[in-house]
Amino acid sequence: MAKTANPISRSVDALDQWVNERAGVKSFYKQHLSEYWAPKNFNLWYFFGSLSLLVLVNQLLTGIFLTMHYKPDAEHAFASIEYIMRDVEWGWLIRYMHSTGASLFFAVVYLHMFRALLYGSYKKPRELVWILGVAIFLILMAESFMGYVLPWGQMSYWGAQVIISLFGAVPFVGEALVEWIRGDYFVADATLNRFFALHVVALPMVLVLLVVLHLAALHEVGSNNPDGVDIKAKKDDKGRPLDAVPFHPYYTVKDVFGAGIFLLIAAFIIFFWPEGGGYFLKPDNFVMANPLVTPDHIPPVWYFTPFYAILQAVPDKLMGVVLMGVAVLILFFVPWLDRSPVRSLRYRSWVSKLALALFVIAFVRLGMLGLAQDSSTFELRFWTFLYFAFFILMPVWTSFEKTKPVPERVTT
Amino acid sequence: MSKLIRFAAVAILLAASGPLLAAKAGNLDSAGTNVFDRASLQRGAALFANYCMGCHSAQYQRYQRLVDDLDLSEELVEQYLIKGDREITDYMLSSMPYEESADWFGKGPPDLTLTARSRGPDWIYTFLRSYYLTDDGWNNTVLENPAMPHVLWDLQGIQRAVTETITDDEGNSRTIVTGLELDQSGRLTPADYDRAIRDITAFMEYIAEPAILVRQRIGVWVLLFLTVFTFLAYLLYVEYWKDVKK
Amino acid sequence: MSETEPLASVEPAADPSRRRLLLASTGVVGAIGVGAVAWPFLASLRPSQRARVVGAPVEVYIGNLEPGQMARVAWRGATIGIMRRTERMLADLEGLAGRLRDPESNNRDQQPEYARNLHRSIRPEILVLNVHCTHLGCVPQVVPEVGAQPFDANWRGGFFCPCHRSTFDLAGRVFSGVPAISNLLVPPHSFIDDDHVIIGVDPEGAA
Repeated sequence: MAKTANPISRSVDALDQWVNERAGVKSFYKQHLSEYWAPKNFNLWYFFGSLSLLVLVNQLLTGIFLTMHYKPDAEHAFASIEYIMRDVEWGWLIRYMHSTGASLFFAVVYLHMFRALLYGSYKKPRELVWILGVAIFLILMAESFMGYVLPWGQMSYWGAQVIISLFGAVPFVGEALVEWIRGDYFVADATLNRFFALHVVALPMVLVLLVVLHLAALHEVGSNNPDGVDIKAKKDDKGRPLDAVPFHPYYTVKDVFGAGIFLLIAAFIIFFWPEGGGYFLKPDNFVMANPLVTPDHIPPVWYFTPFYAILQAVPDKLMGVVLMGVAVLILFFVPWLDRSPVRSLRYRSWVSKLALALFVIAFVRLGMLGLAQDSSTFELRFWTFLYFAFFILMPVWTSFEKTKPVPERVTT
Repeated sequence: MSKLIRFAAVAILLAASGPLLAAKAGNLDSAGTNVFDRASLQRGAALFANYCMGCHSAQYQRYQRLVDDLDLSEELVEQYLIKGDREITDYMLSSMPYEESADWFGKGPPDLTLTARSRGPDWIYTFLRSYYLTDDGWNNTVLENPAMPHVLWDLQGIQRAVTETITDDEGNSRTIVTGLELDQSGRLTPADYDRAIRDITAFMEYIAEPAILVRQRIGVWVLLFLTVFTFLAYLLYVEYWKDVKK
Repeated sequence: MSETEPLASVEPAADPSRRRLLLASTGVVGAIGVGAVAWPFLASLRPSQRARVVGAPVEVYIGNLEPGQMARVAWRGATIGIMRRTERMLADLEGLAGRLRDPESNNRDQQPEYARNLHRSIRPEILVLNVHCTHLGCVPQVVPEVGAQPFDANWRGGFFCPCHRSTFDLAGRVFSGVPAISNLLVPPHSFIDDDHVIIGVDPEGAA
């Protein structure tokens, strides 16, 4: 900073220095933005990390404003949503931003996770980044489930009824556990009230903390890239990677562009298609919760249906719940299930490519089956089998498949 | 690699389009409403107030909102739409106490504010046109044995069912309704009756989500703005990335 | 970071002018966007339609209001006092000017234009007043009788706020030397007929 005579810029400089001596803002800025060396060959798949962060901010902001008008009370919750939709100025916009954001959150997170599978971003030394990411996914599932209960429509109520009952499968303590979670002998005001507390206070705090740790862990080891090449292996005379660009400004401008595209899609849904064809806001949820009337069909929200389908595939309550849990928890072990010497799918054989393709198809197909009312048991089991085969057989094919040589430098 | 991505994208698209198409199933007639047609909404409001609100409420909708949204004057709303002893700032509540009606019909008439969102406009449109008279009273092909009688019969007239007796594989025969025909005409021609029902349906779509009247208009501007922003951001991105050596 | 040379894979453009222009325009458009998004959020905090409905005008019957008596009604959460003043009370208003802070009602925020007169009302005898003290919002007591009071030896009748000892005369005008500095607020009001006053609606023609 050049010395200037201008008293304003002098005092700005002084303030700048005062803050930095105490808070280390500048070193934080350097470490995470201007001198965070990111591989220069990020492609489309690398947008979804920053987009997840954008949606998180959207959910927190809109959530805070919804909380100002919402009433966590079984008598008034449903009406308070309609109050937001009608009587609060712009309330409909804030609510649609939140409800659309929930679905888009899962969309970008699933794509973000797929990217990691595609390029082996979970492999050494990024195991912890991946584990924290799966933890975020878990908390996100809890967060969205509880949020879905808050409008207190028929789907909120019966969805909660079904999901909470899953805990009844736990041997010996199941029923007591279910009662403890509900705080009543059925899904009731107490349940709504505690879900509200968890949804707006507890889980968001955990979520933000995990996101900070996820980013801190990532920035400690550095980002992977589509080639899976370790860019730190080739450095210039100052010890900086040859194949990197500073995150700021290069990836900030790129991510802003990505955010623009994403916001176009989000705005289209919010303003022209807020119900998302019945997948984002379910028709039955426009009927107030009624413990005496069960809807004909209670499918979960689209982002849970793959796991819900796995539950249906098993002819035993406990085993179904266990398998559904394992389907999520098995993700934690992926860094050790993958024995391949290379990270990126680019340098693996057709076996890996086929396995991942089949896994994606199985996941999507399970999602569809979980939505439908009359899925064939054979199909459910077939795709469930494929889903698990992907993880269980991963150590086998990754140990034996013939990989291609990985280049020393990234390709473009 | 890009082949794989393309394959995955196509697979996801194909897989996802399945339930979207399937969701449109059912044999409901398309309502063909235009919620932006103020005249249609006004006619619908009058019909709704006269024929529906004797029993049903729209408990989340205020009369005041009709003044603001439907280009109606307060006097007009007070004179023609408000039933009984209610203020313009009140919710559109039926004049019939819920408990009393529950005694008469077995269960209370449901609130209609959100029916267009829970059942869909097509359902309402088809339902109100599918009443027919049997020896046991009114029935409906959309909702069998409805608690609600056909309150619009003087407009529509009386429909009778066209039935057919079929025999299934096990040799049991049963009678099914294959169509409805007008037995006695009402005050409106069939085309005018359809229009009246379309107006009621449009009005119910509006009260289900009053914001629908503004959100798309605002949405157009938001999309235009975001297009400009994204284009500028794209130019900026390209400009910066000129620095990066291949 | 001028002190460090760029990374090996980066070669900054020689001419940064286009970059600056694009950065500025994207920045400005982005800032407009953020501002446009902030608006709905801030607007959502204003009184909602429900609050406005609850705050709708209130009609009051004053046909049975005795001279010297004050009726109280609630309008938008505030206590509105409606008082039928006696001839004596009205006559007393004139002599107090020297002891008041704003005898001419020069602070135009405290009453509609049609109540900007000596008696601060449309009809001289009918006083319509938001009786919350202009200091910190307590509701003052009405002390209509003339005579020495603990808080004022030459009391001619008026309002006394027990919270911080502010005093007002029977037109709601504030006395000098008390914590409150402005006159009590006259809400918009008008007369439907001789016996009905409506709070929250200006007289026709007085917008």
